[in-house]
Amino acid sequence: MRYFTEDHEWVDVDGDIGTVGITDYAQGQLGDIVFVDVPEEGKTVTKGDEAAVVESVKAASDVYSPVSGTVIEGNADLADNPGLVNEDADGEGWFFKLTLSDPDELKDLMDEAKYEAFVAKL
Amino acid sequence: MSDEAETEIELQTLPLDAWHRARGGRMVPFAGYHMPVQYEGIMAEHLWVRDSAGLFDVSHMGQLLLSGDNLDDELEKLIPADVKGVALGQQKYSLLLAENGGILDDLMFSRWPGGIYMVVNGAVKYEDIAHLREHLPDEITINHLDDRALLALQGPKAFDVLKRHVTGDYPLDVLVFMKGGRFEIAGVDAYISRSGYTGEDGFEISIPADAAEKVADLLCAEPEVKPIGLGARDSLRLEADLPLYGHDLDPETTPLMAALGFAVASKRRREEANYPGAARILAEREQGPVVKRVGLLVEGRQPVREGAAVLDADGSDVGKVTSGGFAPTLGAPIAMAYVPAAMAEVGTRIQLNQRGKVHEATVTAMPFVPHRYVRGSK
Repeated sequence: MRYFTEDHEWVDVDGDIGTVGITDYAQGQLGDIVFVDVPEEGKTVTKGDEAAVVESVKAASDVYSPVSGTVIEGNADLADNPGLVNEDADGEGWFFKLTLSDPDELKDLMDEAKYEAFVAKL
Repeated sequence: MSDEAETEIELQTLPLDAWHRARGGRMVPFAGYHMPVQYEGIMAEHLWVRDSAGLFDVSHMGQLLLSGDNLDDELEKLIPADVKGVALGQQKYSLLLAENGGILDDLMFSRWPGGIYMVVNGAVKYEDIAHLREHLPDEITINHLDDRALLALQGPKAFDVLKRHVTGDYPLDVLVFMKGGRFEIAGVDAYISRSGYTGEDGFEISIPADAAEKVADLLCAEPEVKPIGLGARDSLRLEADLPLYGHDLDPETTPLMAALGFAVASKRRREEANYPGAARILAEREQGPVVKRVGLLVEGRQPVREGAAVLDADGSDVGKVTSGGFAPTLGAPIAMAYVPAAMAEVGTRIQLNQRGKVHEATVTAMPFVPHRYVRGSK
C-alpha cells in the first residue's frame, strides 16, 4: 500500500518496512535533478522532518520523511545517477527504506486517489 | 482572509507572454515580469544552445536611446568607458557607477546615427533611468524604448539561421563580436548586434514589440532553433564568467573587485579620472582590490549556491558565493564567489559552508567554458 504527503513524498509500506520517494509530480516540478543526499543506515527520522535533500539545476529542496522510523538503507544508485529520480520517481528513483516506529502515523497520509485529487487542484 | 497580506507588486507581461505559454514555457516572476524559466528542461535547453541555437526573450531589459548635444562628454561623467571612441555600429560593455565607485548596473551601449543606444538590466531599469535623468543635463533626451522587444539568438548555428532571414545595406557577415547595425527581418526594421550573454556566438535583435511574435515564430521554425528559458540563460552565463547584476554585482562592489578591470582600462579615461569613484577605482587598479570575484570548481556533485560562506583556514567566514549551480556543459558544480585577495590565486583550495555542510572547492580560471565569439581581425 502506498501513501502520500501534501509535500509530494510517497511511502510504500510492506509490513513494518517503508520505502520513501518523491512523486512524479514533484520531480516534474523540480526539473533536472543533479544531486540527491539520502540518509545513512541507522539514522532516526521523525515524521515531517528533513530526511533527504534533492537538488535540481535551479534549486535545492528538502525531502521530509512521511513517517517516523529508523533508516535501513539509502538508495546508493542516486549518488552517481541522480537523474533516476526524473526517469522513475515512483520506482527506481526511491530515496530510502526505513523501519516504521509508529504505523499509526499512516492514518494522516493520503491514498493514491486522494493524492491525485490533491495534485489536480494545484 | 487577511486583507493586508496581498501587497505584491503587479507583474508586467512581456510582448511574447502568450507565445511563451503556448510553447509550454513555465512562467515565473523575474525582474518584475512573468518570464519563462524553462520549456522542455534547463539541462536540455542549455546543451542545445552550446550545440545549436536558442532563442531567448530578453524584452524585460531596458532599451534606452540617449541623444542631445555633448552627449558623449555628459555620459562619460557617469560611466568609465571611452564613449567618444565608440564609432557608429560599435558596442561596448560598461558600468553605471556610484560616487564611491560601487556598481549601480552593468550595461551595453552602442553608437546609433541619432545618439547612444543602451541596454540595461530589467530589474533596475527604472532606477537607472532615474539616475541618468538626475545626472544628465536637461538638453539630453532619454527615450525609453519600451515599445520594443529584445530577442537573443545564441549558439554556434545562430549565424547560419539569422543569415537566411535578414536583409540590409550590408551582409550579416560585417557584424563581428560587439558590432551592430540595421537590418530587416520578417518585414520589420531591426537593430541587430553580435553579442549576448551565453559565451557563444550570437545576436541580439531589437524589434518593435508588435512584431516580436512574427520574428520569434520565424526563427523558431528553423530546425536549429528552440526557445530557451531563464534557467538555461543563468547556467550558460555562469559557465561563461558573465556576472549577473544584483547577485555578482551590486553597489558594494567596485569594477576591480568584480574582476571587470577591462571596463576601466581606457587610457584616456584613466588619465582624466573624471568618472564617479575614479580615485578609488584607479587606486584599486594599482594596488589590487581587497576582495575579488573568482571562479570555483566545487568537488562532488552537490551544487553550492548563492549565499554560501567562504571560509578561511581557521573556519572563519571571509567571503561569499554570489552565484552557483550545476554546470551542464561540465557535468559538475561551479560557482562565483568573492574572496580575500590572498585567496584569489588560481589553484587555491577553498572551503565553502552551505547550510552547515562544508564543501571543498578550488579557485579556477574563468570562463569555465571557453568563449566562442566571432571577432574581427583588426
